[in-house]
Amino acid sequence: MTSALDISRTSPAHPQRGGTRKARDRGHIQIRDVSVEFERNGDWMAAVKRANLEIKPGEFVCLLGPSGCGKSTLLNTVAGFVNATRGELLVDGQPVTAPGPDRGMVFQQHSLFPWKTVRDNVAFGPLMAGMGRTEALSLARTFLSLVGLSAHASAYPATLSGGMQQRVGIARALANYPSVLLMDEPFGALDAQTRIMMQESLLEIWSEFGNTVLFVTHDIDEAVFLSDRIVIMSASPGRIIADIQVSLPRPRTQDLLTSPDFIELKRECLDLIRRETLRAFEQQNSGGR
Amino acid sequence: MSLEKSEIGSPVIDPVDTPATDTAVAGPAPVKRRARRLPEAVNRYLVRATALIVAILIWHWASTSGFNLFINFENVPGPLVVWNALMQEIVSKTFYVHILYSLQRIGIAYLIAVVLGVALGVLMGRWRLAEDIIAPYIELLRPIPAVAWIPLAILMMPSEESSIIFITFLGALFPIVINTVHGVEQTPKVLVRAARSLGASNAAILRHVVLPGALPSIVAGLAIGMGVAWFSLLAGEIISGQYGIGYFTWSAYTLIEYPKIIIGMLMIGGLGTLCTLMIKMACRPLLRWQAQGKNA
Repeated sequence: MTSALDISRTSPAHPQRGGTRKARDRGHIQIRDVSVEFERNGDWMAAVKRANLEIKPGEFVCLLGPSGCGKSTLLNTVAGFVNATRGELLVDGQPVTAPGPDRGMVFQQHSLFPWKTVRDNVAFGPLMAGMGRTEALSLARTFLSLVGLSAHASAYPATLSGGMQQRVGIARALANYPSVLLMDEPFGALDAQTRIMMQESLLEIWSEFGNTVLFVTHDIDEAVFLSDRIVIMSASPGRIIADIQVSLPRPRTQDLLTSPDFIELKRECLDLIRRETLRAFEQQNSGGR
Repeated sequence: MSLEKSEIGSPVIDPVDTPATDTAVAGPAPVKRRARRLPEAVNRYLVRATALIVAILIWHWASTSGFNLFINFENVPGPLVVWNALMQEIVSKTFYVHILYSLQRIGIAYLIAVVLGVALGVLMGRWRLAEDIIAPYIELLRPIPAVAWIPLAILMMPSEESSIIFITFLGALFPIVINTVHGVEQTPKVLVRAARSLGASNAAILRHVVLPGALPSIVAGLAIGMGVAWFSLLAGEIISGQYGIGYFTWSAYTLIEYPKIIIGMLMIGGLGTLCTLMIKMACRPLLRWQAQGKNA
């Protein structure tokens, strides 16, 4: 097994910008009064209701909430897969209208092209951007070594474990040098041990790239461990009920998970979630009618 | 050639297996499996060969003893008679002319059916309006057997040759269209989204996501289409035409040359199987990713 952490060898400097640090200037997300409504059997259902959120360039933000609370819908709106029915959504000042390579997406699972080798999966974005094949493949090689999968470059995705597949997914999204990395419960289908390894290695990769990350999860531990900020959503209709700063020191490793600071913060989160969920529920029942 | 290849098919899978076993912990297990798998494959082909030989023996017995109980074997030539007749045909030039004619018709008709069938299928699978326009024709025309097309084909087409090709083409077309539509419609949404967020255009999504994803289904359609093409061709050749295996078989019947009927039938079966096998073999490299996934 290749280590999840051997990213030290190569640092993929951006060909045009001459370095990865500068990515910190990009990736400014502004979500202003955004609602997403779907029509279902003649009724309009709000998956996201009047969400406001501003994410600074280079920030790691987790969207935390129960399943069905609209956090994935909000993420998909930023990705451009779903259109907001109200409000305004800007990435680096540009309104989002469609998916684009400036916003890299990592899905929960089974999102690699099964008929392409691992290398060709990673090279796909650069090829679509008009890069030559040789160049795109060498870029793919760099990114595969970043996620520690150089040895599996010519394998097909189905031969890899779930954790390996997700690492390829991350490499594939990063190969376009996106200003924003959108992650939709990327480790949700992995076993606990693999998940922690993946979280650690994601943080290492992120510290290298410094791009904005919007990460959807329903796992409080994951949210506290990873993020600078936790944005909590509640269900039906999906709205943002709390915004918590996580000021645990970086770099963070597995040891943090058992530290008093971590546990204290996790307790605060749990309390806040309970309080805010109850409040939102009461508001909805009294004020909403 | 092709038959030989498929006989060694099972052991050949093993090298494909090795990348997966690399990561596995157990060392001796794969070796054990390999050792057991080889005789098993050989065994299965032995059983198949035996089954065929038994059938030929029963046929021989029934035709020589004049078996007549509901099914009448009295006028059926036995395997030895057929074999002798085949030896005669093999040295005659016209026999090969018949085969070549049939193969040429299959080749032309099948090629048109593949191009048109895949194109129509993709169009229908990707574009709802196209599906709504084309689907009624497909549904209505598909159950019509090739024989029923003969009168109309003769009326419509400029020559006898083209009417046979038309009928063959129709036979191959429908399974290819239907399987392509099925494959295209099953494209996972997440893969289309992934491609889009990586900057792929609609054309690139078609080429890199939709078509490769539909390929297993398309290949199945191609194989079925080849089989249907053969029996549609035969229908066309029996009624009209001067050459071809179908004509050969039918004229043997009118000339009361019974052994030749059986030769014709066996040629049809053999050539049809061979062509289907060739299609499958030709498509196999395109589906390599699938075989690897199954072994992992």
